[in-house]
Amino acid sequence: MDATSAFSLILERDPALFAIVGLSLWVSLSATLLAGALGAGLGSAVALTRFPGRQGVVVVLNALMGLPPVVVGLLVYLALSRSGPLGQFGILFTPTAMIIAQTILIVPIIAALTRQVMEDLWGEYADELNAMGVTPWRRMRVLLWDARFSLVTILLAGFGRAAAEVGAVMIVGGNIDGFTRVMTTTIALETSKGNLPLAMGLGVILLTIVVAVNSLAWAVRAWAERHAG
Amino acid sequence: MQAEPVITLSKARLVMGQRMILRDVTAVIERGGPTVLLGPNGCGKTSLLKAMMGLVSLTSGTVDRHVGRASFVLQKPVMLRRSVYDNLAFARQTAGLPHSESVMTDLLNDFSLTHLAHAPARRLSGGEQQRLAIARALAREPALLFLDEPTASLDVAQTRLVEDLIARISARGVKIILSTHDLGQAKRIADDVLFLVEGQLAEQAPMASFFHAARSSQARAFLAGELVSIDGEKP
Repeated sequence: MDATSAFSLILERDPALFAIVGLSLWVSLSATLLAGALGAGLGSAVALTRFPGRQGVVVVLNALMGLPPVVVGLLVYLALSRSGPLGQFGILFTPTAMIIAQTILIVPIIAALTRQVMEDLWGEYADELNAMGVTPWRRMRVLLWDARFSLVTILLAGFGRAAAEVGAVMIVGGNIDGFTRVMTTTIALETSKGNLPLAMGLGVILLTIVVAVNSLAWAVRAWAERHAG
Repeated sequence: MQAEPVITLSKARLVMGQRMILRDVTAVIERGGPTVLLGPNGCGKTSLLKAMMGLVSLTSGTVDRHVGRASFVLQKPVMLRRSVYDNLAFARQTAGLPHSESVMTDLLNDFSLTHLAHAPARRLSGGEQQRLAIARALAREPALLFLDEPTASLDVAQTRLVEDLIARISARGVKIILSTHDLGQAKRIADDVLFLVEGQLAEQAPMASFFHAARSSQARAFLAGELVSIDGEKP
């Protein structure tokens, strides 16, 4: 393989390659935002409330962080297929289906990590907020705000997981050229076809995005420590 | 004329697990200068303060507060992850008080925090955080202020500063109930003293009486620098 071919595809702004990158970012960012709203809410609720079976919920949330993408893909496929409960919407093999699959995949990650962060912060703040007579609803808002930098890091971790997974989007998206083909599915496909320059080019971009995401997480935390204490 | 009660404790008992933290404490705390809860470490001072604030529920007995809003400053205050100014503003919001720039300016001035108004609260020194914690408690415009060992981790200069603030707050008419294990501080600050030993109220007396004519054997032993226990035996 000619290693320079991969970089020339990037430097020449190959339209096919950039369409794939654009769709990948759209799907993973959408899934991250949806999962962020659902997961942060769920994690906060579990952290700040006491109910029978709560420990069981915590264990399940933690266990689901390791949810296999292909299993999520299979379950979403069954739900969205023509004979499935959501088949009437006709969204199987569309980017929407891919967003749903990735959302389901990363909600447990965001919820479990949010629960841990919120519970730790609540342990620190409980006496102070109780002494101020802060209501439960306001308590959640205060904790979410004060945990904002940790939550950004958690969201970035969720995004990293979504952007890097291949099994779920392959199953529910179908890897249709120009429609549901994303970076990870393209890398798998092009590698199997022997088209290594495109696979390598996408690999470089994917790695760059992952490094950028981690750098951003680090920068956010460093900024937070300097400015918010 | 009888002084106006601020807090009435009636057989206040607190049991946690197998341990009795408060043993049927009965007392009336009246309006006036600072009341100091005095006693050795682990005698139940913090628990009694928290019970009076309503932060812990008594196992039995009652605590009645006869005044309006109360504020509490923890021994290790927690600063919210925001600026000094925003910590003060938040405290006012939680008390349902309207934002007032003049009140904020006065608080910052009174506690020598003006130059730190926009600094992250968590980056302040121990003494600055303690001053902010008291300022934050006052931002709620309380009638009653609980201070749990407010100078426990401060050096002499910062302790003097905080004690001066306590005297000024008390002079404004805010009733202060403060816990300490520091005899010198109790002597400098207290108007009256509640002396606790192992969760039991061993003596309640005006400051001068307590230090010069303590009635209980435990108080006399404590003032003499000895270790004390409920039954008067040396532990």
